[in-house]
Amino acid sequence: MTTLETAAKPEGLRRIAIDPVSRVEGHGKVTILLDDQRKVHQVRLHIVEFRGFERFIQGRPYWEVPVMVQRLCGICPVSHHLAAAKALDLVVGAKTLTPTADRVRRLMHYGQILQSHALHFFHLASPDLLFGFGSAPAKRNVVGVAAAQPELARQGVLLRKFGQEVIRVTAGKRVHGTGAVPGGVNKHVTRAERDELKAALSQVLEWARAGVQLISRLHLANRHLYDTFGTAKSNLLSLVGARGALELYDGTLRARDPDGKILFDGLDCQQYRSRIAEEVKSWSYMKFPYLSALGPEAGWYKVGPLARVQNCDVITTPLAEAERAAFRDAFDGAITHAPLAYHWARLIELLHAAELIARLLDDDALSEGPLTATGPRRAEGVGVIEAPRGTLIHHYKVAPDDLVTMCNLIVSTTHNNTAMNEVIREVARAELDGREPTEALLNHVEVAIRAFDPCLSCATHALGQMPLLVDLVDAQGLLVKQLRRDSP
Amino acid sequence: MTAPAKSAKKLKVATASLAGCFGCHMSLLDIDERLFDLLELVELDRSPLTDLKHCGPCDLGLLEGGLCNAENVHVLREFRRQCKTLVAVGACAITGGLPAQRNSLDVRECLQTVYLTGPSTTHARIPNDPELPLPLDRVHPLHDVVRIDYFLPGCPPSADAFWELITALIAGRTPALGHDRLRYD
Repeated sequence: MTTLETAAKPEGLRRIAIDPVSRVEGHGKVTILLDDQRKVHQVRLHIVEFRGFERFIQGRPYWEVPVMVQRLCGICPVSHHLAAAKALDLVVGAKTLTPTADRVRRLMHYGQILQSHALHFFHLASPDLLFGFGSAPAKRNVVGVAAAQPELARQGVLLRKFGQEVIRVTAGKRVHGTGAVPGGVNKHVTRAERDELKAALSQVLEWARAGVQLISRLHLANRHLYDTFGTAKSNLLSLVGARGALELYDGTLRARDPDGKILFDGLDCQQYRSRIAEEVKSWSYMKFPYLSALGPEAGWYKVGPLARVQNCDVITTPLAEAERAAFRDAFDGAITHAPLAYHWARLIELLHAAELIARLLDDDALSEGPLTATGPRRAEGVGVIEAPRGTLIHHYKVAPDDLVTMCNLIVSTTHNNTAMNEVIREVARAELDGREPTEALLNHVEVAIRAFDPCLSCATHALGQMPLLVDLVDAQGLLVKQLRRDSP
Repeated sequence: MTAPAKSAKKLKVATASLAGCFGCHMSLLDIDERLFDLLELVELDRSPLTDLKHCGPCDLGLLEGGLCNAENVHVLREFRRQCKTLVAVGACAITGGLPAQRNSLDVRECLQTVYLTGPSTTHARIPNDPELPLPLDRVHPLHDVVRIDYFLPGCPPSADAFWELITALIAGRTPALGHDRLRYD
């Protein structure tokens, strides 16, 4: 079996492109190289855009950073906002946050998990699962879901709305708010705001439970497909909390091997570089992280819901814990590597987020108490959280003049880079080899990518370059500028 | 505000994110349950929500994000060609936005920072495969390259601003954003 990453002889092969990959966030394309017999020789998911955050953050005052880095991603801005704030907490010496800051940030984060997971399942991925991977492309979208299953579509929209409202009351606005500051938060959540959210809770919990029921039914009704489609074994990485519990906001890093054996546990997030490295490849702006002890060939891993739900030992809320147990039983206690099982794990987490929000809304620390903490200034901080799509690492160095001198970001989708590439190679092997690549078949490749809920906006923060020449011409056909890039 | 009366023929609408963060698309979805009213009035063409990879002839195009590579310029031209009315949505489409922070920096030095000296980076090299589109040396707003019919400001524009824009255009009137819907953060 070839690896399919790089064709031995690319010359003369036919190139098929899926461009852009749709119903995901951000900009990516897949290229497939086939020979005359339609045998697949190469499959790659390319991340094609760059934006340069890691460089242009340098020289900015540190307190701007949590607001700037949100613009990495409009789908999970809260994740970047909080990961940056957590890193900068350490810079301003706030090793322990006030109870208010801890609760407000957690509430914001759980609202984010809930809205992002709802968006992904109901608005983006569900058409494939409800109508079939090869169903008519004109209907294979949220409009088709609204027409065929209006009540389900409505629940999805309203679940997302609830998560967005949680973000609004904690961060000031739904997209790109400003709630967290280095050392804490900038406002309380009022009792009136809490009451307003509480009024919707029972409905939200009911819909969240129904969501898990729906996806487990879909999975179990089509067991062979869901268990085998694109399945590629890998290591798993996530934060875990005390007693190995599922933890989304703050914890230590744990990794398991493909069979579930723990590779490392309790790793202080400040030490991430002792365990994780990133390989650069010529054909993608997104790097390829791996567990450094195992090397790039064997050390790649998955992050996100499927990794988290299987990496943890317990979930601290009862409804989601019962669903975790049902998930484990469905796989006889073994680790599943099926990409389509991401959806099931994701909806378990959505339910968990709803339960956590319900619990937090009763906490009066949201509405009273000091907002920020300080302590001895430090030069460096690492902030790690579990964003909706997986482990998110922000690392900054700040000079005594308050300006940032170094920024390193390893975003959730980047961790899944090799995994997504390996999974689409599995799909290509199983389904494309020897067949004419129709639109329907090519959507199978996208279904496998979508399972990871990749956020390619997040993943395009790095800067890249091409040895090419391009003319920028205005609407009247006049040359505005000629751009030239040489190979460095 | 209520949705305009259902018309016989649905308007075709295409959307895309260029060098943006999808936050404008998220804010559009923040019209919440009004989405279902909207879908009674419009038909989605190319959009991150559909699997249509290219833009057909459309009445309205909404573009978020500025131009940071040749591919962005290509998609922008496709939208201008196909859409009767084209709207630059959000800070990045209108001014380049936060990604334009790199305009004062040297691209080569940025690349070296990220790919050659990143603290967790191994196998250091700068990606240069022909499948990767050419980055522009500066991030441009959309109106540097094509004619734009409307600008919807905000980072992102609010859901109500989107609603006013779209429902006004469907109803055939000029969108009127009051003071409260014009915001720049």
